[in-house]
Amino acid sequence: MAGAIIEQQAAPEKNIALLGSIFGISGANSAYGILDSMGITNMYNSWWFMTLLFVFAMNIIVCSLDRLPGILNITREPLKPLPEERFKAVPPGREAVLKVPDGKAEEMVTAALKNIGFTARAGKSEGVTQICAEKGRYGRLGVYVTHLSILFILTGAVVGMKFGFTAEVKLLEGMSSDVVMTGNGREIPLGFEIRCDDFDVSFYPESERPKSFTSILTVVEEGGDVLTRQIEVNRPLRHRGITFYQSGHGLFPNSDALFKFRLNAAEGRTQDISVKLLQRFEIAGSKLTARVVDFSPALAINGEGEVFTVAESMINPGAMVEFSEGDKVMAGQWILRNYPDTWETPAGVLEFRDLWGVQYTGLLVRKDPGIWLVYFGFILMATGLYGAFFITHNRIWIRLNEEEDATGISIVSSANRNRSALDRKLDRLIEDLTKRGGSPDQGAS
Amino acid sequence: MNSSFFFGISTIVYLLAMIVYIAYLAFRKNPIGLVATAATIAGFVLQTIAFGLRWKEFADIGQMGFLRAVPLTNLYESLVFFVWLIILGYLIIEWRYSNRLFGAFVTPIAGILLAFISIGGVSTQIQPLVPALQSNWLLAHVTMSFISYAAFAISFATAIMCLILNTENRRQFVYIFWTSTCALFITALIAMGVDFLTMKVSARSSQAFIQNYLFKATFRNESGMVVLASILLLTGITFLMWRFGYLLRGLIESFSITAETLDDLTYRLVAIGFPVFTIGGLIFGAIWADQAWGRYWSWDPKETWSLIIWLVYAIYLHTRQAFGWRSNRTAVIAVVGFAVTMFTYLGVNLLLGGLHSYGAQ
Repeated sequence: MAGAIIEQQAAPEKNIALLGSIFGISGANSAYGILDSMGITNMYNSWWFMTLLFVFAMNIIVCSLDRLPGILNITREPLKPLPEERFKAVPPGREAVLKVPDGKAEEMVTAALKNIGFTARAGKSEGVTQICAEKGRYGRLGVYVTHLSILFILTGAVVGMKFGFTAEVKLLEGMSSDVVMTGNGREIPLGFEIRCDDFDVSFYPESERPKSFTSILTVVEEGGDVLTRQIEVNRPLRHRGITFYQSGHGLFPNSDALFKFRLNAAEGRTQDISVKLLQRFEIAGSKLTARVVDFSPALAINGEGEVFTVAESMINPGAMVEFSEGDKVMAGQWILRNYPDTWETPAGVLEFRDLWGVQYTGLLVRKDPGIWLVYFGFILMATGLYGAFFITHNRIWIRLNEEEDATGISIVSSANRNRSALDRKLDRLIEDLTKRGGSPDQGAS
Repeated sequence: MNSSFFFGISTIVYLLAMIVYIAYLAFRKNPIGLVATAATIAGFVLQTIAFGLRWKEFADIGQMGFLRAVPLTNLYESLVFFVWLIILGYLIIEWRYSNRLFGAFVTPIAGILLAFISIGGVSTQIQPLVPALQSNWLLAHVTMSFISYAAFAISFATAIMCLILNTENRRQFVYIFWTSTCALFITALIAMGVDFLTMKVSARSSQAFIQNYLFKATFRNESGMVVLASILLLTGITFLMWRFGYLLRGLIESFSITAETLDDLTYRLVAIGFPVFTIGGLIFGAIWADQAWGRYWSWDPKETWSLIIWLVYAIYLHTRQAFGWRSNRTAVIAVVGFAVTMFTYLGVNLLLGGLHSYGAQ
């Protein structure tokens, strides 16, 4: 339970701060040292937590094995007739007399059992005919399937911990990497290269609420592109057992970033432009040149028409574009990606398409060979719980006491849970039988 | 006519049902009982319509596909859904057991909760989903978790009633246990009511509400005097519960419901809540986390505490099955289980944070 309070695998500073609020600053560092050596700061990976899990698993195995043979017998063998003495005390309302010719009663009881969903089997005990029926016997195994599933999940988790890794990599647009870093600074080679072609955040209209984080990733093997996929938060990329998850993003302003514009000039000509900061470009078909002299990741316009930076992430990148005609420098102009009104320039409509190469995508990289064991455990657990909680094992024994022109029937039953549901069914059974074969107080049919 | 209109009407109908149920409790006349049931069903139908409309409005605004637009993503929606589930559970119990005892306790909770939501000004604005929540698992994970929470909540009530019926001696541990638990819950409810009324809660997410408003007017107030007064209030309520709690016994007995029935009912509710919680809350949650975060289990505080809930109810089931425990002993475990559930919902958000803290911005 301590693990629920002390943040696990976190940077030491965070937990020291937490301890500081309890023990005071001077005590915090030594307290952290003690906790660290006990493995409490990373207790879910520590030796004693593993031991605890092992003991828990052994406990499940031993307790299940203890009861399993008896239960297996119940589920394996067909239902046997009960000894006569069990019919000495039949519960009230569980007896009836069928006034039908000899031999007909068995057929009638079988049909009535079928009506409440049971398949009957006839048998004899001490010379008296008994009809046995049961339903849901495999539900009894549900508990053991659930216990087994826990073992699968734990094994899968341990396999994942021992033979897998969880790491991170940050890729600037256009950059690639063939290694990733784990939380404790270990470098892991991927065996291939992963490249980020583009990263984009989109926002809901008129709000700063992000709608999607998307990265376009390319896998590079031996110098050639193998596959390109777009990933999102709930849609990772898998390659050679390694999965890449969209987990973060950020800005890294640098002079290699490219401003991508599309110029729609007056005569319907379009021109795609891709330039770095301060790099002069020519406007085709005119004497104008231009260059980007400043930029901001998130610009907005206030009431007076002035621009200001609203956030540190790229909500609405803006570029200050300065036009020149020959040596004559004209006034610069802010062009904002999300505001088409600002695209109107002396050279035509300069559409700001993207600022590429300043954002990086944060990827969580994971290899987990144990995951299939875990998933198999999940399926087992769901099946087991269904069996344990939603299937009831009902057993019915009906003794036929055959006389000359009438048969007395007595019913004994058992249910491993939800007794009242079985009782309602038996009430229906008795009602059905008395209707078919006449009741003690009515005449023969 | 939008969803809020129907929610408003259903709130009023629940409050009327509450009055009729209390009248039924006082006079015990069958026609009154029928009116009470009819009113509750009417409120439930209206609320169901409202829920469907809200879902459609959400899908239209969010543009993220119908299945992903389950309206369970903020405080307002989750409280409303919780009320809906409790009423549904109650109606099933009333029908199966032909007993209106619980109606007088359930409808006030539903009506007052909904009334607080409208008076307190909890934001009813629809917010589109952040990327991590855009998944088809949202529907299954969140609804099933809530269904299990509601089952645990009702099992808590039946377990407490079972304990009330089984204890009379004020020195008995079990008596002290249930009276102090009740006192704690009543005080928490009063404190939340005070929060709603004094703070004009405008929080959108339950996370923001819990961090910024919960118990701010009482136990977490800036003024030490208010905190002291709150603690004194808690002590006072605990004492009163302890001193006069046994009086509740006569009330429950008058409904000719036995401790065995209540014990059985508690077990059945746990037997529904536990598998639904395991499959919907833990397994579906783990599969979703595996897709979204790349970790099927991160020992995030909410996950850890969910595991603790799971263990407590597993203990409940095992002590019943393996040791044959019944009545008082298992009822105490069921009560503890729901207390842990409440802590997971409120306390973890309040004190610990973690990956499950959406909308903390």
